[in-house]
Amino acid sequence: MTTEGPDSGADGRYDVPLSVAGPDAEPVRRNGHRRRTAAAAKPAVDPAAQDEPDTAAADEPDTAAADEPVATPTAGDLPALPDGAAVADRPGDHWDRKVASGLAFLRRRLSGDYEVDEFGFDPDLTGSVFHPLLRMLYRDWFRTEVSGLENVPTDGAGLVVGNHSGTVALDALILSTALHDQHPEHRYLRLLGADLVFRMPVVSEIARKTGGTVACNPDAERLLGNGELVGVFPEGFKGVGKLYSDRYKLQRFGRGGFVSAALRTGTPIVPVAIVGGEEIYPMLADVKPLARLLKLPYFPVTPTFPWLGPLGMVPLPSKWLIEFCPPIPTAHLTDSADDPLVVFNLADQVRETIQHTLHKLLERRPDPFGP
Amino acid sequence: MTPGGTSGAPGVVVVTGVGRYLGAHVAARLAADPRIERVIGVDPTTPGPEVTDLLDRVERIRLDLGSLGGLLADLDVDAVVHLALVSAPDPQHGGRAAMKDQNVIGTMQLLAACQRAPRLRKLVVRSSTAAYGASFRDPAVFTEETEPREVPRGGFGRDILDIEGYVRGFRRRRPDVTATVLRFAPFIGSTADTTLTRYFSQPVVPTVFGRDPRLQFVHFDDALEVLHRSIAEDHPGTYNVAGPGVLSLSQAIRRAGRVAMPVLEPGLSGAAAVARNLGFGRYGLDQVDLFVHGRVVDTSRLEREYGFTPRSTAAAFEDFIRAHHGGVVVSRDNLAAAEQLVLESIRQVRTAVRERSS
Repeated sequence: MTTEGPDSGADGRYDVPLSVAGPDAEPVRRNGHRRRTAAAAKPAVDPAAQDEPDTAAADEPDTAAADEPVATPTAGDLPALPDGAAVADRPGDHWDRKVASGLAFLRRRLSGDYEVDEFGFDPDLTGSVFHPLLRMLYRDWFRTEVSGLENVPTDGAGLVVGNHSGTVALDALILSTALHDQHPEHRYLRLLGADLVFRMPVVSEIARKTGGTVACNPDAERLLGNGELVGVFPEGFKGVGKLYSDRYKLQRFGRGGFVSAALRTGTPIVPVAIVGGEEIYPMLADVKPLARLLKLPYFPVTPTFPWLGPLGMVPLPSKWLIEFCPPIPTAHLTDSADDPLVVFNLADQVRETIQHTLHKLLERRPDPFGP
Repeated sequence: MTPGGTSGAPGVVVVTGVGRYLGAHVAARLAADPRIERVIGVDPTTPGPEVTDLLDRVERIRLDLGSLGGLLADLDVDAVVHLALVSAPDPQHGGRAAMKDQNVIGTMQLLAACQRAPRLRKLVVRSSTAAYGASFRDPAVFTEETEPREVPRGGFGRDILDIEGYVRGFRRRRPDVTATVLRFAPFIGSTADTTLTRYFSQPVVPTVFGRDPRLQFVHFDDALEVLHRSIAEDHPGTYNVAGPGVLSLSQAIRRAGRVAMPVLEPGLSGAAAVARNLGFGRYGLDQVDLFVHGRVVDTSRLEREYGFTPRSTAAAFEDFIRAHHGGVVVSRDNLAAAEQLVLESIRQVRTAVRERSS
């Protein structure tokens, strides 16, 4: 650290990170700010790369290429040499692996050398592109905390039923990324989406490639029969398109088709409560004539949309809590899949569990935009 | 039991549509089977030169499907294989009107003749997975029980629905006849020449913007095998015939080393309509719908009942690529070489930088 003193001091802008860099490395991790400080500190502090090889990787190449010719004449010669050799090797190899795997990914994509399942799910693309993008959103932007993961089956089928919110159905994507990231078995959540999603070009293909399919009983039962973890939001558009004043009030659960799918396959139902989704795009009004004109279920007006144009699409950084509730077994009810009474009772039970858990989570989170 | 007395291979088989690629191959294959005594090929036109040498062991009769009734009774026919379907309008032979004539009216006449044939005990009809139509609310995978949610826009899809409706009626009227309906996925293979194989043979392939449909193919040889078994064995009912597994269109294009050219959907539908009205082009709304919605079927019933699993969609497509490598724009080896080149040059630049700095 001390060797870089003159180097960074000359630049001036590294003053602040340098004074706190050493001891502060871990605590800063909590906020989204870590990346920026790490990146800012890196060009000046080469040995820091040894402490955090994973974060260094992203920034290493440019800084190494751009800074080193400039840095060598100014930096203290004697201590820099052994350091430089050691550093250049280790992160260099790491970077080399990254480049190689990135190129291999590109080659696989361009030659079509990957597998797609019958629903169009593309694990290669999901794991390499979509999840890393969503991970930034769920971890750094929404600071999501997940609990109750032990209630999600480690193998075999499960039907995850959640509350829907947020004007744009971002909660489904965050839920699937959080589950894949945090679950010990890194399970993929196969989402069931409204047919509107599959009408839209581009969106429909992203939905299919990330493991989604149309919400209909044949698909749900087929996925559950294959032992997949299926995610469903029975409120549908009623949940996503509700006003901010109705936040965290569960809407009607439709016909309970998800329950009959679970009953027919004897799959346990795992209710999940998601807090935080309601605040990302607080919907103040619904312009119904415009929605009818555009053939959308609703047309939202939020504090930022449509006033700020594309900037209004940026979700507000609310604090998210996700809790998986204990599974409701259905294996003993396989024969009553067509019994409306059983189906409605189970749907009600799921609904009340989610509502109850939502209230509990909201008490744990007094400030929607807290840390 | 069937009126013919014995189950299994029939004595006299009539194959329709022997003038075309599929019909000729099926007839030749049945003729080579020693269990079958006579194979009679029926076609209103004389077969083209490319199939005639296949048909030397097949008795050929130039006959319209409308006058088939007498033939079936006179020759004591046991089984009929109906393959005379046209999947795309051919402008040289009357376009869509002739196609509908052949598909729908031809099948009606054939079924009417079959109904009056006393000794008939087996009927095999070629159908297509187009029978499931195309809708955004469709399930991802069709089983044989799935009903189409919307009537297809394409002519071939509508014909298929009509044909299957007539076969249902025939089954009701002649419950003693073993009727097999085979819903084939698009054929592909090293030698088959279909709308789709021509499509994938072009160096630049038009696709629908924002859509990456899931496709399934059946290898031509596997289709022959299934048709052969349908005649030689008894498999009443409706079956999906497709290679297990799925290729997305973009993936298939990349595997074939072609370049995709996305076109906006309304533009493509319009272009297809214009092309049809002007009387050229083989891409109809059937193809546009397929390229928007994709089509995947469940083949477990076929595998269970026939004890036969067609080679996978990916393997069938691989066979097609091997035979059509002429128009390859980017090959897998090119890409692998490019990957090595880029990786090596990055490594060299990095070591150079490191040496200069130390």
